[in-house]
Amino acid sequence: MLFTPTVIKNLLKKPATRLYPFTVREPFPNYRGELYIDIDACIFCGTCARKCPSQCIEVDKEQGLWTCNPHACVYCGICRDTCPTKCLHMKDVHRKPMTERIMMVEKGEPPKKKKPAAKPEAKAEGTEAAEPKSGSAAAPETAKAEAPAEKVEAKKPDAKKPEAKKK
Amino acid sequence: MATTVIPFGPQHPVLPEPVHLTLKVEDEIVKEAIPALGYVHRGLEKLADIRDYHQMIQVCERVCGICSMIHAVCYSQGIEELMEVEVPKRAEMLRVIWSELHRSHSHLLWLGLFADAFGFESLFMQFWKVRERIMDINEATTGSRVIVSVNVIGGVRADLSPDQIRWILSEIDIVEKEVRALQDTIMNDYTVKARTVGVGVLSKEDAYLLGAAGPTLRGSGVAQDMRMLGYGGYAELDFEPVVETSGDCWARSTVRFRETLQSIDLVRQAIAKLPEGELAAKVKGNPPEGEVYTRVEQPRGECVYYIKGNGTKHLDRLRIRTPTFANIPPLLAMLPGCELADVPVIVLSIDPCISCTER
Repeated sequence: MLFTPTVIKNLLKKPATRLYPFTVREPFPNYRGELYIDIDACIFCGTCARKCPSQCIEVDKEQGLWTCNPHACVYCGICRDTCPTKCLHMKDVHRKPMTERIMMVEKGEPPKKKKPAAKPEAKAEGTEAAEPKSGSAAAPETAKAEAPAEKVEAKKPDAKKPEAKKK
Repeated sequence: MATTVIPFGPQHPVLPEPVHLTLKVEDEIVKEAIPALGYVHRGLEKLADIRDYHQMIQVCERVCGICSMIHAVCYSQGIEELMEVEVPKRAEMLRVIWSELHRSHSHLLWLGLFADAFGFESLFMQFWKVRERIMDINEATTGSRVIVSVNVIGGVRADLSPDQIRWILSEIDIVEKEVRALQDTIMNDYTVKARTVGVGVLSKEDAYLLGAAGPTLRGSGVAQDMRMLGYGGYAELDFEPVVETSGDCWARSTVRFRETLQSIDLVRQAIAKLPEGELAAKVKGNPPEGEVYTRVEQPRGECVYYIKGNGTKHLDRLRIRTPTFANIPPLLAMLPGCELADVPVIVLSIDPCISCTER
């Protein structure tokens, strides 16, 4: 008898939890999710690779290659914060589970040897990319930017699949 | 009476993390407990050799999966002391806010696990439901639920906007209301009391002599809390340690319950006193030769970092003493004389964080 009011209340109340696969919570705007790079704005300075606490990023200045092992990434966002051209971004959702190991390899234009001409251009682009803060606004822009850049897959041919799906 | 040996752990439904206890039992009464550790050793201290002192923040955060922020604060404070960096006041207060949010969600997690340990599953769910709001605050303000990763040497790298502060205040009001609604059950319920009152008693003298830390120590009546040292922004806050005197499982859970409410209050105080200013001081160079000890209060008790610099970007030595390590000898003192069925409750009452202990 003591519990009757509670029992009735619980029967009439909505469930305390979300009905998960059917209702998904909106992600918070500055959630540190999947890392991606706007390779056209990258100047291959290697700051991200040096600062990364899990040392999951490699930058090859000669060939213009930016490589990241997403399985070793700890999603701290240090690379994004320290990038001088602000070409690294994080989506507001995390990476979907994968069945195969992948490497993110992006190929861009390596900086010219004598760079006074190339540098201001890269910087201007970088500040432009830094402005839109929310993930949804930044995503289409990088999609545009990624398209011209040649993509080289390191180990698996479907390295870009999870990203492509989300867009 | 013949002695039976019962292995408890490392895999046991009540244990969130692996610790093994060899229990020598005589007719359901525990006579002796022998611990075995080493199942989750990860060698994080050794990483100081190959990661520079900035990157070690991220390593230290991963010492503990619950109180990551407080480990990072402790490490940063050590390096800042060594390098004589002055942390901006706003950064100190922001550290307090996130530390106290971590403490309250850690205690809510533990209260849930504790309820589960004596079989009160719906109470476990209620506590974890309340905890979700704090996790949301963490995620919205820092970008991650648990490993918030907002510390840098010299300050913090995230800020709270006035909108976020208003939202945090409204959320913690709801959290406080919901936690208070559970107060009567965890503290006064007949069934809960039957499982916790008078179980695993640790006297004040024993607690002090065996070097207990945190709520285990305060549950036995010793008013000792590292926040009393006034490190970081705590000097400006109105703080008094929570103490219970009975020294049993009920006292330890009550200390944690009251500390949850106290943490919420400290978040409010810190927000009210949040000064304007810089987020982080500029840090140049490497930690000089020298050594430093820092202490902070974790949800589980006093955490000690020993840092030795050698003038390079790598540290000579990083030593972490976590509160659970200090609480294992008191645990072994509590167990003899208890019933076998009470062992899970007693083991959980020290809030064992074995991953912390083994690093």
